[in-house]
Amino acid sequence: MQSSAFMTRKDIIGFAILAALIFIVFPMVLDSFRLNLFGKYLTYAFVAIGLSLCWGAGGILSLGQGVFFGLGGYCMAMFLKLEASTPENTAIQSTPGIPDFMDWNQLTELPWWWEPFYSLPLALLAVVAVPVMFAFIIGVAMFTRRVGGVYFAIITQAFAAIMTILIIGQQGYTGGVNGITDLRTLMGWDIRTDEAKTTLYFVNGVLLFAVLFAAQYVRKSKLGRLLIAMRDQEDRVRFSGYNVANFKIFIFCLGAAFAGIGGAMFTLQVGFMSPTLVGIVPSIEMVIFCAVGGRLSILGAVYGALLVNWAKTTFSESFPELWLLGLGGLFIAVVMLFPNGLAGVWSEKVEPRLMALFGKSREDKPAPDGAPAE
Amino acid sequence: MSDGISNNKTKGVSRRAVLAGGTALTASLFMPNGLRAADFPTAEVNTTGLAVTDDAVTIGILHSITGTMAISETGSVQAEKLAIEQINAQGGILGRKIEYIQEDGASDWPTFAEKARKLLVNDKVASVMGCWTSASRKAVLPVFEQHNGFLYYPTFYEGLEESPNVIYTGQEATQQIIAGLDWVNQTKGAKTFYLLGSDYIWPRTSNKIARKHIENFMDGCKVVGEEYYPLGHTQFNSVINKIRLRKPDVIYAIVVGGSNVAFYKQLKAAGIDMTKEKPLLLTISVTEDEIRGIGGENIDGAYACMKYFQSLENENNLAFVKAFKEMWGDDMVIGDVTQAAYLGPWLWKAAVEKAGSFDVDKVREASPGIELTTAPEGYVKVHENHHLWSKTRVGRAQADGQYEVVFETADLVEPDPFPEGYQ
Repeated sequence: MQSSAFMTRKDIIGFAILAALIFIVFPMVLDSFRLNLFGKYLTYAFVAIGLSLCWGAGGILSLGQGVFFGLGGYCMAMFLKLEASTPENTAIQSTPGIPDFMDWNQLTELPWWWEPFYSLPLALLAVVAVPVMFAFIIGVAMFTRRVGGVYFAIITQAFAAIMTILIIGQQGYTGGVNGITDLRTLMGWDIRTDEAKTTLYFVNGVLLFAVLFAAQYVRKSKLGRLLIAMRDQEDRVRFSGYNVANFKIFIFCLGAAFAGIGGAMFTLQVGFMSPTLVGIVPSIEMVIFCAVGGRLSILGAVYGALLVNWAKTTFSESFPELWLLGLGGLFIAVVMLFPNGLAGVWSEKVEPRLMALFGKSREDKPAPDGAPAE
Repeated sequence: MSDGISNNKTKGVSRRAVLAGGTALTASLFMPNGLRAADFPTAEVNTTGLAVTDDAVTIGILHSITGTMAISETGSVQAEKLAIEQINAQGGILGRKIEYIQEDGASDWPTFAEKARKLLVNDKVASVMGCWTSASRKAVLPVFEQHNGFLYYPTFYEGLEESPNVIYTGQEATQQIIAGLDWVNQTKGAKTFYLLGSDYIWPRTSNKIARKHIENFMDGCKVVGEEYYPLGHTQFNSVINKIRLRKPDVIYAIVVGGSNVAFYKQLKAAGIDMTKEKPLLLTISVTEDEIRGIGGENIDGAYACMKYFQSLENENNLAFVKAFKEMWGDDMVIGDVTQAAYLGPWLWKAAVEKAGSFDVDKVREASPGIELTTAPEGYVKVHENHHLWSKTRVGRAQADGQYEVVFETADLVEPDPFPEGYQ
């Protein structure tokens, strides 16, 4: 049956639990401030899901996902900034009507490439299209030349560094180190109020599930099986007549699109975008979310992003001077004790017991995402 | 959830309620300066639900204590804690002890915004001492304006801002620049200037103001070069060569952070001896804190334009330096920003007492006109525009890492965050 091919019983249970958490449990137990924080954590989950496909399934380790997250976020921020920079709001500037940081940098008119961002549809399109375009260019340049593995990871990292330098250096056009700040309304709707933040949280949740379903679809399709085959034996897939580079480019672009959506939701919920989210450190952190969650599992990626960020907030609130050590300890513990991350703990430890408890010996066949064939 | 202080606060409510009367009594008996909490009932001094109890008020401290900015911001945290301790020893504010919740901005701007929201929304702090870089201030500004918080911001910065929710205890750009340029022109006869800086908003805005002042207000003076380098840049040989070619009277340097170390070492290595003052070097970005990294011998003879130097010899400052070293160690140095951070809690105390209330709106209303005669830098006053009237001073760097004060303006300089004619 088509539906059982798309989702096994286990998958359905997993999705249902996550949906219950995001749409029912969190909004009920968290106040609006904490809910907004969880909304922020979930924007990183978009990136982690993309990484789980690229890295976990496809074996393509990208240390530059922050670039795509940032590009999506900047596209959204540019739209919001233009809306906030009405001539009335910016009357104090030498040139009213342009974003404040441009005025500080002696720009007297809006650069031509900012113009499209007056339009919401174009901005939303750019949120996905710009990261995908960048990913496509990198993908074509790398994969058709058969650059892979650790070399690819290093190049993506360099790309993240270049992007940060570019944004900081071109501060008249990008806001520089400060980023694009003081975003206020979306089509006249004030995004800073508690109600707006709660609404955005749910929008974020819905988009996250759309992305999860897309990722699930890819995993269960022929493409997904090919990706795993490429990860494990790239040459055999190539000799079988498949164009390996095209599949890699596709999955890399898909990961970039997911990251772009996450970035845009980040901008909306946090209220600004800055180059600190683009560089090497956030990019590596995003890989850590994915690793903690279990890189083979898309649901694990969501839990990884939630757990790591929640731990970061909690540790730093409780022990402002020592929290980095606690966080480091957490990573070491996860990697040493649970090499397959949270998803590994679930499928190896928790699930068998649950099954035994409910006397369901009739188990689903292990999904292809079960144990990696190293 | 938070640090020990806030835990203590939430757990100890009943015990405190019992002790409240006693504390107030002690305060009035032994602290001649202290006001009695009983005279200021909590319901009256706190009508907006801030974290104020019968014997304590909670504020926030929000700086980076991890990450690249930690080295700069630590001094501010220490100064703020010292001020809080001293205020508490005098009986607190309106008879209430100041407790603080410290959060780590982690040199990361979104984290600053998150922690600011936590302090204001969850902890309901009555005010916040915090931020250092402009980027972190820009990140928290919408949060403070939305939740009507009150921030004391210590760093000298580029101006172009005047938020109703911030008191800027450092200098805005004109206060730091104009008097220094006039001084080198009048006492050293400097006519030509080479501007350089790190590439971000503060050095760029500062140099813009410097250039306008040199070209429009200083007779016969001109700028012979202006250049910027990325943050963290360490190769200054090309600009040093250009400086040698164009022979400016003054190198006007606004290099920040780690780049400073490379810049001053390379200047010295290139044979530019700053003690000979040909050219003379004037900076607005090197405080005693930075000299520790650069090394006193590498910057000996350079001039810095600030509002505060550790070597100021007034009584306020001698007492401040002594107390600071007693609390944090003898090897501490105190830079301009550290002193400005120290003013934060004192200015807030004065404003709250003038308002007779912790309510942010009333404190804001009371703030303009607040005077502080006990400031280490001397007398300061809060302007209508939320910046401080301060003196501008020029110091000459010594090999021992301290500045010798060679000039100070006769009067306080008016803060002007949106300077006419300099835009």
